[in-house]
Amino acid sequence: MELALNAPQPFLKRLSMFDWLFTLVLAVGAGYALNLYGAYMDGYDKGMLIATVPALAWLGWFWKPVRPFVLVAFGLALLAIYFYQGDLARMEQAFFLKYLISSQAAIMWMCALIMFATIAYWIGLLARSPFAGKTGTALTWSAATLSLTGLLVRWYESYLIGPDVGHIPVSNLYEVFVLFVLITALMYLYYESRYQQKSMGAFVMLIISAAVGFILWYTFDRQAHQIQPLVPALQSWWMKIHVPANFVGYGAFSIAAMLGIAWLLASKGILASRLPKPEVLDDVMYKTIAIGFAFFTIATILGAMWAAEAWGGYWSWDPKETWALIVWLNYAAWLHLRLVKGLRGKVLAWWAIVGILVTTFAFLGVNMFLSGLHSYGEL
Amino acid sequence: MRADEPFGKALYELFSSMRFAITLLTLLAIASIIGTVLKQAEPYNNYIIQFGPYWFEMFRLLGLYDVYHAGWFLIILTFLVASTSLCIYRNAPGMVKEMRNFREHVTEQSLAAFSHKHAVQHGQDTQALADKAVAYLQGQGFRSKLIPRENGVLVAAKRGAASRLGYLLAHSAIVLICIGGLMDGNLVFKAQQLLGMKKIETRDIPQSQVPEISRLTPENLSFRGSVQIPEGGSADVVFLNVADGYLVQDLPFVVQLKEFRIEHYSTGQPKLFESDLVLLDRQGNKIREATIAVNKPLIHDGVAIYQASFGDGGSKLNLRGWNLFSPAAEAFEVQGAVHESTRLSSGEAEYQLEFTDFRLFNIENLGGETPRQNAMSVKSDNKALHNVGPSYQVKVRNPRGEANEYHNYMLPVTLDGRMYVLSGVRETPNDPFRYLRLPADAKGGIEGFMRLRAVLMNPAQHGEITRRFAEGALPPGERGGELQSRLEASAGNILRLFAQGGYSALGQFVEANIAEGERQQATETFLRILELSTYEALKLANAQAGEPPPATDDATGFFIRDSLNAFSDLFFYGAPVYLQLQSFEQIQASGLQMTRSPGKNLVYFGSLLLVLGIFAMLYVRERRAWIVVKPGNALFAYATPRKTVDFEQEFAKHSQAIEQLATKE
Repeated sequence: MELALNAPQPFLKRLSMFDWLFTLVLAVGAGYALNLYGAYMDGYDKGMLIATVPALAWLGWFWKPVRPFVLVAFGLALLAIYFYQGDLARMEQAFFLKYLISSQAAIMWMCALIMFATIAYWIGLLARSPFAGKTGTALTWSAATLSLTGLLVRWYESYLIGPDVGHIPVSNLYEVFVLFVLITALMYLYYESRYQQKSMGAFVMLIISAAVGFILWYTFDRQAHQIQPLVPALQSWWMKIHVPANFVGYGAFSIAAMLGIAWLLASKGILASRLPKPEVLDDVMYKTIAIGFAFFTIATILGAMWAAEAWGGYWSWDPKETWALIVWLNYAAWLHLRLVKGLRGKVLAWWAIVGILVTTFAFLGVNMFLSGLHSYGEL
Repeated sequence: MRADEPFGKALYELFSSMRFAITLLTLLAIASIIGTVLKQAEPYNNYIIQFGPYWFEMFRLLGLYDVYHAGWFLIILTFLVASTSLCIYRNAPGMVKEMRNFREHVTEQSLAAFSHKHAVQHGQDTQALADKAVAYLQGQGFRSKLIPRENGVLVAAKRGAASRLGYLLAHSAIVLICIGGLMDGNLVFKAQQLLGMKKIETRDIPQSQVPEISRLTPENLSFRGSVQIPEGGSADVVFLNVADGYLVQDLPFVVQLKEFRIEHYSTGQPKLFESDLVLLDRQGNKIREATIAVNKPLIHDGVAIYQASFGDGGSKLNLRGWNLFSPAAEAFEVQGAVHESTRLSSGEAEYQLEFTDFRLFNIENLGGETPRQNAMSVKSDNKALHNVGPSYQVKVRNPRGEANEYHNYMLPVTLDGRMYVLSGVRETPNDPFRYLRLPADAKGGIEGFMRLRAVLMNPAQHGEITRRFAEGALPPGERGGELQSRLEASAGNILRLFAQGGYSALGQFVEANIAEGERQQATETFLRILELSTYEALKLANAQAGEPPPATDDATGFFIRDSLNAFSDLFFYGAPVYLQLQSFEQIQASGLQMTRSPGKNLVYFGSLLLVLGIFAMLYVRERRAWIVVKPGNALFAYATPRKTVDFEQEFAKHSQAIEQLATKE
């Protein structure tokens, strides 16, 4: 126990060889991309590509499993690009593309793996089986990897359709649902490892599975998986940061709501002995809402700045903006109740569940029922 | 004055309380929801239709048609700013003090009452142990202070006091954002309106005639308005929509539109909207040229110019008119321009043509089965979307002042494998167009149909048609007899009825004269006679025009059937003419939005503070530690304003460390 008495090493000194190697690979990759495509990028695009390196490196240093995750997902995407050889038609011919890592194949595998992971977590919960729980974790990691690969490959494929069609795959409802699965799964995996509690997975995976169900319906019934070119309003580098920041918020709020359900069930004695202690559920709920709130704030501000450039005003009281404000006020109230009033437990659990309903309305309902400027994500 | 003090204090208490702020926020949220459910800033007529006059007036008084600019909404916002400012003013000094403070005056008794405390025994010198504890806490990121106490030492330490700074930042940010927003709002105009200095213009008059009272000077600090400029034209004002009227905002410069461009993707979706602008000062000297596009505004003199919309800037149209009342007459020429009107006389009646729109491209989904797409392929090959070419819209106003609107395509469109010239009709702007399909002849024009129609409409030709029909229907041996004259008579009757009122006239005849059981068979016979007679009429029409006779094939059969449908539908066309677009000269217009928002930078700065504040509040955790070291024993106490699982773990860790420090020499 000698170590406990000494001041911890400074953060940078605690980094391993692998950490630095990871960073080097990221930097070399970004440099290569910049060299190859720099001529087609504007200043913002370049800035964002360069900023990705420290951002991903920091994420990998902060939470070590990110390193293999990023390397494998990017590696698979590069492999797909290699197999394509610049020809979209090879999707049907190359075995690996057709069955594994073309964007649609990867996303369909992601859907299947999420479903399997959900089942594994529930077996783990009900049968108190650590092995099933571990299987759930492994399956979720695989699903997250394939969803990142799928999105990266989709990005490449969009340029194969036409150089003017190419764009980052966060531009419509189909693409952001895949992004939602990716971000929510990753955030859940972080809290699972941080708290060493696999039983939360059974609940969190339910909402991710619901998103997967939507993706499948949207693909097979509506053919929404096809890549469409960007309308002029979406042709902006702001999209690259506004949309992902929003989905960190949505993903975090979803996890909080599912833990709220778990908390309420446990408080009624249902699954209580199998779930983490109420304080732990409560704590994770707080952590997710805190990170979600912070990112949702950033996303809304970025949205306002984009609106100032595209619509001529940073705030137009467009229904989407207004509902974003309502979502923001809702979680601001949640945090005030907990932090200022010291409230815990039942009220906050219910509030988190109502919160996700409000958020869902802001995300989907506004586009379905109200009209406004923000009509890209229509069903 | 003394009597007022308690009231003033009570007011201060109320305004600076969190409960008041939360009430305001709740009101704001509810008002915002109303604003999203009730469509804002619609023309007032739409609301009257929707709610009826009583509720329309009620909602108008409440300002529900523009919630976010209603007086009461702005007052709530102002109160929110005041309340939050007071809240900061009230709490900031205490918080700053608290941030600096080590709480070194804490008594042993109060420490003993802490929920997180750990007592240890030791055999060391008190000062030495205290020094070791300070070193440990500093290693853990604490700032600490050593205070000698009677027969011992107190170590007071704190970490993460910046959390309170977060509170100050986040709440000041809200004040800044609201002030910035209010600056960019219409408070000044509201005040001027209330004082009678400004008035909304509701008349539809040329901009130059709008009186001074409804104009805003170029010095106006903040505005957001729009204007549509035709190519080659210019504008030195923008229009601000307010309630059921508008205001004219004079600009500090003149904007000229050189050219507006639209580009499309190969799939037909729009790819680019772009305007080439020239800015001139008000004396007419050129300042600069620039091209703006969506997401790429131009900022000049504090005014941002955005590409917001587009429309027609007065395209010139050459039309060919077909008089539907006298089908034998020659087609005539009509000139027109979009946004202008032309007089047209037909017989005694005067009609007015009001051209409302012209479109060069019409990307239409012409049905056609979209093949079931492969779930693995990301490439869409929707073959149903086609550009069907130019179209224009015109309102035809009759002498009574009623108008139908028509949407006519220039080129024939292929539907179900046949070519038609389409003309849409609607009675009111809210209806969808119902499309009349005029069958195109072999040359792609409607001349063939119009000739056929003229022959069918001309009773003088019916005798010849029915004679030819009857002769064609009878075997050579039976021609010329009574059977032929009966056949001619009934064909003549059918043609007469159809020429008077199309299928509906025939239907009425059948219903009035034929027993119910026999109607279906009779109708089938009638239609057969009608089609065969029309075939004869077509031969006649072609011969009279010097055209070759129609071929005896399916195409002619379809042409006859489509012609009969169009003939019958024309009775419901509602206009005396069909106006076919012959040629055009397109003039586009670009819709620009111009904004001046001095509050923007304040809002952005506030947003930055908000993000910093939120991260500080949520991710910097304030923790305090005390260790009272006395000879023989020591007490460690640990506290935080927000207990989390992390806090519990840290407490266990620190307790264990103190234990080790105490027992180890």
